[in-house]
Amino acid sequence: MKYEAVIAIEGLTFRYNGVPVLEDVNLTINQKEFVWVVGPNGGGKTTLLKLMLGLLKPVRGIVRVFGRSPGKARPRVGYMPQYVRLDPQFPVDVMDIVLMGRLGNGVQWGPRRRQDKEAAVQALREVGLWEKHGRSFSTLSGGQQRRLLIARALACEPDLLLLDEPTANLDLAVEQELFELLRILNQRLTIVMVSHDPAFVSQFVERVVCVNRKVAVHPTSEMEEEIMNELYGRRVRMVRHDQYNANGRCV
Amino acid sequence: MNEFFEAVVQHRFMLNALLTGILASVACGVVGTYVVTRRITYLAGGIAHSVLGGMGVAYYLAQVHDFKSIHPMHGAVAAALLAAVLIGLVSLRAKQREDTVIGALWAIGMAVGIIFISATPGYNENLMSYLFGNILLVSSGDLWLIAGLDVLVVAVGLLFYNQFLAVCFDEEFARVRGINIEFYYLLLLCLTALTVVILVTVVGIVMVIALLTLPAAVAGHFSKTLWQTMLLATFCSVLFTVFGLGISYSPNLPSGATIIVVAGAAYLGVAISARLAKVRRS
Repeated sequence: MKYEAVIAIEGLTFRYNGVPVLEDVNLTINQKEFVWVVGPNGGGKTTLLKLMLGLLKPVRGIVRVFGRSPGKARPRVGYMPQYVRLDPQFPVDVMDIVLMGRLGNGVQWGPRRRQDKEAAVQALREVGLWEKHGRSFSTLSGGQQRRLLIARALACEPDLLLLDEPTANLDLAVEQELFELLRILNQRLTIVMVSHDPAFVSQFVERVVCVNRKVAVHPTSEMEEEIMNELYGRRVRMVRHDQYNANGRCV
Repeated sequence: MNEFFEAVVQHRFMLNALLTGILASVACGVVGTYVVTRRITYLAGGIAHSVLGGMGVAYYLAQVHDFKSIHPMHGAVAAALLAAVLIGLVSLRAKQREDTVIGALWAIGMAVGIIFISATPGYNENLMSYLFGNILLVSSGDLWLIAGLDVLVVAVGLLFYNQFLAVCFDEEFARVRGINIEFYYLLLLCLTALTVVILVTVVGIVMVIALLTLPAAVAGHFSKTLWQTMLLATFCSVLFTVFGLGISYSPNLPSGATIIVVAGAAYLGVAISARLAKVRRS
């Protein structure tokens, strides 16, 4: 079988109302990679993710996901949109939310199908929320809500996970738990995660993609543990921009 | 209240009023829940007010040009659906100017209605009943039309429950799952339009928004899921309309306004006690 990149972006440019948001982006993401997309607010991180999903169309350039156009590849993609847009008081229970991941799979009305329920149960077990399946969304903690949204993406039975700010507004301990879950999922899935966290990334991320109109890719390397433990109370890696960029800035 | 229930047994018009209230409550429970969770109350307000345009034109055609088969309710249905599609397309296409355009359609609809009603000779007491509702004037023919709309709205609203739930909760995710967001958004607005027409007969154009949203808002405090909210909202709406009708009967208060005051008081009561309970817990 021919080797195939999960995501291949070539010469991509995107403008919003004539204002350039992303310019000449080239990016390849391979199978079972864990890629962290960072950059300042308004730098184009979410835009890059939406281009990968086909929700936005590039002005120039090509985006290929599993060798197909992003729109056609969607059945293989699990997506977690930005959490802050959701209404925390929405009257909906855990099972209903996970089952949203099964929409678009054939029959769409009438009682839920058995295979949909089974996929939902499996996804809930995988994120450790099965015992909460009858709870309402508003009674879950912030960390549980994030895991639920990941379960919803898993219910799509994807090969690629695209996560937009999954750790926003979480405290460090909960964030660490979430990363642990993602690390396990990474054993079978390719993961692309957007976050505006600073350049400190946890230990298992392989590559960091810096997005600020242009895109630069950096490997991660270990930093002195004692300093980081002192600062963050956990092991982290530091991104080495200097290797790739003469002025030491993430462009 | 006893006097009211005696009147229901004795007078056909009181029975019609009661049945209208109950029928309206079912549509209101299902569609109102979507409107509240999808946060399109303002759009529903625009649709409700543009209904007057259709009612005015229909009333004018029936009286002046002698189209006896045209009833104001027909004009209301047409205007509501037209407004729903227009407002829906505007809100999908022109994100920045959405509120301006809805406000304009809101006022233009009313203006057209007022012009046609004033151009129609005779006493225009109809204008008042369109604006503020007169559930006591519902004829048996109206009741059949309301029942038909009710069945349609509730059937479509429940048939696409899963899609509407996904679209109301998280539109972007639903779009990625291949749900046609635009279609379901317009469909939801059309259901809202038909529900508005049903509710206009109960409380009139001006107060429709309260009856559409308050039962769902009250129900939302006690429900874990969307369908529970719908059931409870329907129940609340029946309670508000029947109770409002009942207490308005003997002192001869305007029924629509009384229903709204009852609904508003219940909503405030629930909202305040929920707030107090939260403060006490923390």
